[in-house]
Amino acid sequence: MGEEKAKIWIFRDYERCSGCRRCEIICSLRHEGRIWPEASRIRVFMLIPGLEIPHLCTQCPDYPCVSACPFNALTVDDKTGAVLVDVDKCTGCGKCIDACPGKVPYIHPRMRYAVICDLCGGEPECVRVCTEAGYNALIKIPRFPTQAYKVYARRPEDVVRDLALKVYGEEWEGWV
Amino acid sequence: MPYGWWGRLLEVDLSTKNVKITKVDRSVMRRYIGGRGLGVKLLWDRLGQKWEEIDPLGPDNILLILTGPLTGYYPGGRVCVTGKSPQSNGIVGSTVGGEFGVELKCAGYDGIIVNGVAEKPVYIWIEDEEVEIKDALHIWGKDAKETLRTLTRELRSEASKKHQLRGVCKEPSILYIGPAGENRVRIAAVAAKITHAAGYGGYGAVMGSKMLKAIAVKGTGPLPEVAEPDEFEKALDDVCKSLTRSFTMRYWGTGSAGYTVGADTSSEPVRNWQEEWHDEARYGSSSFESKVWIKRFWGDFGCPTTCLKLAMIKYGKFKGTLTDNPDYELQAYLGTNLGVFEPDGSVYLSAKADDLGLCGIQVGNVLGFTAELYQRGILTKEDLGFELKWGDVEAFAKLQEMIARRVGIGDVLAEGTYRAALKISKMKKIDAMPYAVQVKGIGVGAHGIRSGLDYTKPTAYVCNLQGGDHTSVSNLDEKNRPEEWEIILIDSAVVCWFNFRKEHVYRFFRAVAGWNISEDELYNEIAPRIAAIQRTLLLLGGPDVYWDPRVDDDNPPRFYEPLPSGPKKGATVKREDVDKLKQIYYRVAGWDEYGLPKGETLEKLGISEVREALERVKQRLQIS
Repeated sequence: MGEEKAKIWIFRDYERCSGCRRCEIICSLRHEGRIWPEASRIRVFMLIPGLEIPHLCTQCPDYPCVSACPFNALTVDDKTGAVLVDVDKCTGCGKCIDACPGKVPYIHPRMRYAVICDLCGGEPECVRVCTEAGYNALIKIPRFPTQAYKVYARRPEDVVRDLALKVYGEEWEGWV
Repeated sequence: MPYGWWGRLLEVDLSTKNVKITKVDRSVMRRYIGGRGLGVKLLWDRLGQKWEEIDPLGPDNILLILTGPLTGYYPGGRVCVTGKSPQSNGIVGSTVGGEFGVELKCAGYDGIIVNGVAEKPVYIWIEDEEVEIKDALHIWGKDAKETLRTLTRELRSEASKKHQLRGVCKEPSILYIGPAGENRVRIAAVAAKITHAAGYGGYGAVMGSKMLKAIAVKGTGPLPEVAEPDEFEKALDDVCKSLTRSFTMRYWGTGSAGYTVGADTSSEPVRNWQEEWHDEARYGSSSFESKVWIKRFWGDFGCPTTCLKLAMIKYGKFKGTLTDNPDYELQAYLGTNLGVFEPDGSVYLSAKADDLGLCGIQVGNVLGFTAELYQRGILTKEDLGFELKWGDVEAFAKLQEMIARRVGIGDVLAEGTYRAALKISKMKKIDAMPYAVQVKGIGVGAHGIRSGLDYTKPTAYVCNLQGGDHTSVSNLDEKNRPEEWEIILIDSAVVCWFNFRKEHVYRFFRAVAGWNISEDELYNEIAPRIAAIQRTLLLLGGPDVYWDPRVDDDNPPRFYEPLPSGPKKGATVKREDVDKLKQIYYRVAGWDEYGLPKGETLEKLGISEVREALERVKQRLQIS
């Protein structure tokens, strides 16, 4: 339990996303040293303007990406529960993407390895900027043992389709 | 490699289908920054010699989409759209929010130059180094939402096939036009997302004249390196924290002003500026919030302010209508200016402008003008085909359609208020100009000058390089300098007016571009240099309209009438005061008594080559 206590989860409330992409900016600055939206570990999709979707790893309890990796390039961080990519072992084969129900991993646009959210070692920067701005589309919460996190591994298309129905109405169903 | 920018422009010729890279030297950036300033420089170099002959809607005009050195770094993504304006026949640096500029930079370009005319409708698709001119026949004639939807789907599906192993591809960023731009309506906007527009200038018509429906871009690379990475991150953190404290701007955006600019400052257009005061509390932000706002914070790349709100009508005859806020300008122009004081009416007309690809300000200006002519019996039911009463939302919506498609009287109004006034004066053998609230072909933004309570001073529009543009006003600032100089910095760095904090912007110039820009350099060299060229080209004008500063450096006639209502009843501006202030403005700008940049000014600014063009202006005006 002690270990579990240290683990966190990034709670996501899509409806509150302002589409500002400050999460992408800070994530790519931390991980790439540059502003680089396409290499960000959190990616904001705008398949329908006004219904922006932050797309990021949810750390499924059974980690299908980790077991799908043919090169043992993916491991689970004991401390945070995040999926860590060993860039020396990863070949960018895309098996983790196939295995992910939400198609969250992404191959780095210039390198041959996958990029996946590492929870910034337990203090996610994307959450910091989102909280600071008061949007609270991303909130850091303690992680409890539950399967619930897995249902957040969804493709942005599927999320935005639901959201369009809910927020804009049924005439937007076929938009994406 | 310079910091903060690439020094590379993508140049596309739609006539020859030729695509190439045009380099921009760092010294040019130091003299013109980017955005509006760089646009002015490029247009001067390429078209300056024959400016008067260039038809803004002809094949020789150039469409420019330009970022600035701070695009993507300073909070709030914007991009500048420019060229020879079909409204003012000068240059308007028209900026629009969104991610387009950031994507463009991530693709490795600081901007796009579009030359020539395509044979049939096309769009340009840019993915990093790959550039394609693609068929747009299937989206020609389509409204904003359908255009955006179709392009997003088709380009994402192509990308998914092409980059199968990469994972789920994001959408590209798209600038596009609606039916209004296709029909070369002079008040057509260049649009982004569903509801954003580069409205001033009429560049939607320029895109239409080139048969260019859209430009889509996906950049998968990083933004250029910054000069001082650590200092940049600190600066970013500081400016975001500072902007986050502007509470009312964040929570209401400009969407509370539809009520307050009428009730508090008596400077809001009401029924084509016949009044500037109203006290319609039901038109306040509280009603917009409770009735139509479905999203409190909506913003563009990196913006901590997110002043946009999303509005949707979920009831009644306008059910399903979606637009942003509407912000103050459209609450005014597609609201109070038309005698509409209901949030849903304004939302409906704003969404209609979005769908048709019309500039909400300019179309609201010409609709108000039309309704006043109707009120005065100058235009009749026979001219319009229906009655046009103040507050009749559906009648105004119908007229918007007719303008965008150039049907009936809409064909005349599609020319914008100034040119429509000329035509109607001829048609009706009366003088319609007293009812045209415009300056140099551009409808005045929704901030009046008569009450003296708004930020717009008596010369705000008089010497304005962009006519009636309320974002680029020619006030004198607190140090008696042209306020437009600061706006030139904003539009050239391409940052958002609402996020602009001078000390932060200077800090970003240092941290991002490695450029220790000083107030002195900006106010005494860069801004006046850009202004001198922009002013010269505005006065060159042509080929269909020309301006005489002795006549046209003036307010619309209406602004000399006393305000008829409200606490500032009777207030007005005096012509002799305006004339006096105008001469002061000319002097501090380094212009002569006619408002022409002086020879010594040109020399000091290192642009003596402009002298010859000014001689052409003098010749036409017959002044020595």
